[in-house]
Amino acid sequence: MAFALEITDLKKTYPGGVEALKGISFSVNEGDFYALLGPNGAGKSSTIGIIGSLVTKSSGKVKIFDTDIDGNVEQAKMMLGVVSQEINFSQFEKVMDIVVTQAGFYGIPKSEALPKVESILKRLGLWDKKDVQARTLSGGYKRRLMIAKALVHEPKLLILDEPTAGVDIELRREMWSFLKEINENGTTIILTTHYLEEAEQLCRNIGIIDDGKIVTNTGMKDLLGSLNVQGFVFDLESPLSEAPSIEGFPLKLEDPLTLIAAVNKDRSINSLFELLSDRGIKVKSMRNEANRLEELFIEMVKK
Amino acid sequence: MNKNFSVSIALWTLTVKEIRRFLRIWIQTLVPPAVTMSLYFVIFGSLIGPRIGSMDGFDYIQFMIPGLIMLSVITNSYNNVVSSFYSVKFQKSIEELLISPMPNWVILLGFVLGGVSRGVLIGFIVFCVSLIFYPEFTVVNPALTILVLLLTSILFSLMGFINAVFADSFDDISIIPTFILTPLIYLGGVFYSINILPDMWRTISMANPMLYVVNTFREGMLGVSDVSIPFALGMIFAFIGILTGSCLYLLNKGTGIRQ
Repeated sequence: MAFALEITDLKKTYPGGVEALKGISFSVNEGDFYALLGPNGAGKSSTIGIIGSLVTKSSGKVKIFDTDIDGNVEQAKMMLGVVSQEINFSQFEKVMDIVVTQAGFYGIPKSEALPKVESILKRLGLWDKKDVQARTLSGGYKRRLMIAKALVHEPKLLILDEPTAGVDIELRREMWSFLKEINENGTTIILTTHYLEEAEQLCRNIGIIDDGKIVTNTGMKDLLGSLNVQGFVFDLESPLSEAPSIEGFPLKLEDPLTLIAAVNKDRSINSLFELLSDRGIKVKSMRNEANRLEELFIEMVKK
Repeated sequence: MNKNFSVSIALWTLTVKEIRRFLRIWIQTLVPPAVTMSLYFVIFGSLIGPRIGSMDGFDYIQFMIPGLIMLSVITNSYNNVVSSFYSVKFQKSIEELLISPMPNWVILLGFVLGGVSRGVLIGFIVFCVSLIFYPEFTVVNPALTILVLLLTSILFSLMGFINAVFADSFDDISIIPTFILTPLIYLGGVFYSINILPDMWRTISMANPMLYVVNTFREGMLGVSDVSIPFALGMIFAFIGILTGSCLYLLNKGTGIRQ
């Protein structure tokens, strides 16, 4: 399978000696939805900055659909769209002008850009705001505008650096749905986010970067499958005064109506239900105790 | 996906964006030079000028007109590029340009064309204002006048670009125009001919690059100059070459714009 992105031994040392990237290598398959996660200062933004020509690399290779960014840079950039972490458009221009101008920077004439821009703005719920100065937009709309800008030249690879930071839940879900749709239509997506639930919901593969090194680079299912113990929260029909003692299933009473269970990967949760039922405990509903990916993430990046 | 990148459309887009920027804030960019120069013409041309008498055989107001046009062109070309390029750095919208496939020379040319457009437009506005105060003014050598107008705008747009590349704060973009550029222009023969200066000051004035720009323009408009025109034009071309090379070097290196 062709790689949408291929990074080999990428290093970045900033003036002053801070070594942000210590020779990372990873690749992202064409059509993938890939999560690049890491704690603050791990090297995610440096990596994205180098791919997008915003940061100068110290050494290493970056290829976008087999095109070296040090070689045919124009071709490589035509295939790439980047949604930066921070707002990076002129706040005093109108929404429509910003996106049409961005298309022009990619060599797309205005006549050709206008129908594309209309379609993207409508899809992102920005069409009603097309004549509004960007500085008057709310944070959520500004995020959508960033995505519209990055998509106007129809890139094959879209990189989003924390696109839903500071966005309310409803808009975040809307963005997820939009990103899923464009991924299904063939755009490879790389996402960095601090919302690990987001990565778990959207991404098929995942790379975790910490202290300038790739800690893991694997499939999301494989990674989640490596978790040995999962926590479940049971909402009970009747209150309990203390947690029942069941061998092999450590239980904890959060409050009289909420029981928390740690279930080992090699144990069936059905047997736990049976054992609870034997003790006259009826479960009304059940959910995961916490984001599973979060648990793994903390385990992998802890010093 | 668009496979073919059109440099000409990208350049056109950036240039139009730059022109649209200074036209959008016309109260800040186009009106002040017209007002300031009107005051110069009223005070130094109409009120004080007749008492000064003639300068190099011309009415004082007539002598002043090319100098004041150049003063406006230089400051506006410079300020347009320095403030615009620093603003895109400050607002991070420079990322739009760096992520795009535009080559560095297109980015430079787009900003310079923006500065040249403003410089030339301001030059035209100030010339129109001068005609209100001195309607009989005629341009002796229009070709040389336009050539110098364009070259000067290019030269100072490039200087503004370098200033913006190194600027880290809004203070940094006003230091050079206020403390270096303006004094050099004022002492570069805008208001007087260096022939009226004592020998020592005349010799010192010859080291002021603004003198060559102002006098070459005055040669075009009035047919009189304190300096050799071929030498002055040669110097302007040489500086444009050096500054263009420097700007491209800085852009390719990523100074001030890439981490």
